[in-house]
Amino acid sequence: MDAFVQALFLGAGYNAALVGIGAALLGFAAGASGTFLFLRKRALVSDAVAHATLPGVGLAFIIMVALGMDGRSLVGLLAGSAVTAGIGLVLVEWMSRKTRLSEDAAIGAVLSVFFGIGIVLLTIIQTMSQGRQAGLEGFLLGSTAGMLFQDAVVIAIGGTLAVAAIFLLRRPMTLVAFDPEYAAASGYDVRKIDLAMMGLVMAVTVIGLKLVGLILIVAMLIIPAVTARFWTEKSDTVVWSAGILGAVSGYVGAAISASAPALPTGPIIVLVSAALFTLSLFFAPARGVAAAVIRRQRFQARVHHRQGLLALARQEPIHDKLTLKVLGRDGLIRPDGVATDAGRAMAAKVARDERRWDVAREVHHDVSLTGRYDGLTPIEDVFTPDEIAQFDDVIGKPTAVEGA
Amino acid sequence: MSPETLLTLAANDGRVIPDIAVGDAPLALRGMTVSYGEKPAIFSVDATFEAGKMTAIIGPNGAGKSTLLKAALGVIPRLSGEVSVYGAPLAAARNRIAYVPQRASVDWDFPTTVIDVVLMGLYRKTGLLSRLTGGHRAKALDCLERVGMADFADRQIGQLSGGQQQRVFLARALAQDADLYLLDEPFAGVDAATERAIIDVLQALKADGKAVVCVHHDLATVSSYFDNVFLINVRRIAEGPVAQTFTPENLHATYGGRLATSHIDQLDLVAGA
Repeated sequence: MDAFVQALFLGAGYNAALVGIGAALLGFAAGASGTFLFLRKRALVSDAVAHATLPGVGLAFIIMVALGMDGRSLVGLLAGSAVTAGIGLVLVEWMSRKTRLSEDAAIGAVLSVFFGIGIVLLTIIQTMSQGRQAGLEGFLLGSTAGMLFQDAVVIAIGGTLAVAAIFLLRRPMTLVAFDPEYAAASGYDVRKIDLAMMGLVMAVTVIGLKLVGLILIVAMLIIPAVTARFWTEKSDTVVWSAGILGAVSGYVGAAISASAPALPTGPIIVLVSAALFTLSLFFAPARGVAAAVIRRQRFQARVHHRQGLLALARQEPIHDKLTLKVLGRDGLIRPDGVATDAGRAMAAKVARDERRWDVAREVHHDVSLTGRYDGLTPIEDVFTPDEIAQFDDVIGKPTAVEGA
Repeated sequence: MSPETLLTLAANDGRVIPDIAVGDAPLALRGMTVSYGEKPAIFSVDATFEAGKMTAIIGPNGAGKSTLLKAALGVIPRLSGEVSVYGAPLAAARNRIAYVPQRASVDWDFPTTVIDVVLMGLYRKTGLLSRLTGGHRAKALDCLERVGMADFADRQIGQLSGGQQQRVFLARALAQDADLYLLDEPFAGVDAATERAIIDVLQALKADGKAVVCVHHDLATVSSYFDNVFLINVRRIAEGPVAQTFTPENLHATYGGRLATSHIDQLDLVAGA
């Protein structure tokens, strides 16, 4: 625990501090840009893009070694990964637009083929004399052990540029995600905006390769957005809170991983992010599972309350346990199932309201009012007291409920 | 046969349509063909929509009504044909057009509020960088007021009824201050109050000299709502004022056997036309 607190306050050494800051910056950029993918319902495209980085890493290494340079230059490797990621992205886009393949099929094809090529290249590199210490397999799941200051600088510059691009393009990207037809009709080039969005995701993927690796970067793009969506109904808020959630996951994940020897950074960041998601899934106020269960139970109780009263009015026996419980709780029936005075009075009112609705449908031709009948809406909410008095005139005098 | 003879024969047959001047009509389409596969959804359609008029685009399911609107706006690519908006090419006249897509074409669980949807109608004017000001918000609220939705400004769009959703889409179009309004099935699946509210707004636009074009499916309301009709079934069947064009003959030509004669008789058609 002490080690964790220490890491949290950047006291766990130079490397751990670099990793923590880098992970937070990357988390912010990934969370915010991933939100647009999520809103556009194209989350999985990022998976194809991420897997398509691998052949680029391998090719860049081979080319750099062939040119007599240091094959491990991060900038060179990332540039290579961006090229093949771009090719993968264009292929997915082209296949789903020009052929009859749907986007998910195109994603599956590109993802597996590019990843396969990448693994072949990595295997070839293993047999090269300079290849053994290359550590390229670190790009699969990320590796922070040898993180350098320049690696953190790459993330900081790339992340800042990505966030600036998000700020600039947030309105067109939101519009295209919500209503692409309207965007096109208003003169926006939907294809270009989509490509810009994917380019953003590609850039974040590339700068995140070293830290979390290509297999887990998808989690950093998508989970924060899904988590943020539980808490807000405004797209701008989703974007920036996803960024913050991503930054917190990155920073806390890096701190946890720094506090013990055998905890890999990338996977721990993803697990922290997943923990925040799980909390939100259950406990978010409006969209969470717990809130939905409570709302459903309350609604069910209202329905049973009303049905029970109608049954009392018609003097029908009630067998449903929940109905008996709801009526008993409100003091409308005695434990033996016989209506109390309050119950009889309420039942009479409910029966009369049903009759009033019947009359309303006959005399009122405004469907927008009579159409509001759903068995639960009080008639007083729909019609004025004058109108209700009018219905009562049609019905005639109140008749006593038998046995009252 | 000489070309003159052929032309005369064809003209007598009613197949050669005299070249209609495009002029400054709010929307004029010439020879527009759109195809999704190798079967045209609409084929070589000419159409002219007038200012100060409400026009209904009528035709059976799959006749290409929505396709016509979307292709005119460049939302879907056209295989051939020209679009002219107030005498200018489409790209030059974009800001004079407002489009109301079908309600079902978007996901209403999208995280946004009613007023934010209306503000989308102002994005083209505000540009990328400028902030949305109180003035923009006031303008959006005013548009919501015109469709009777001002009280719902801060609601999440997922909480709206179908009719309310349709009114929000109309408010977004109003925010654009356009001259030509293209609506795709604005009355589909809405309640009576919404239908009334929408028709009132559209008639006010018409009175202001705007051009209003609706893809419409309810034949019973054509005569009371619209000035002109455009009948389409892949190709153009007829277009013109309701009084001359919305006739049993033209409806038969449009719907074929799909519309029973008894149904046509019930419509409020021009007697003997």
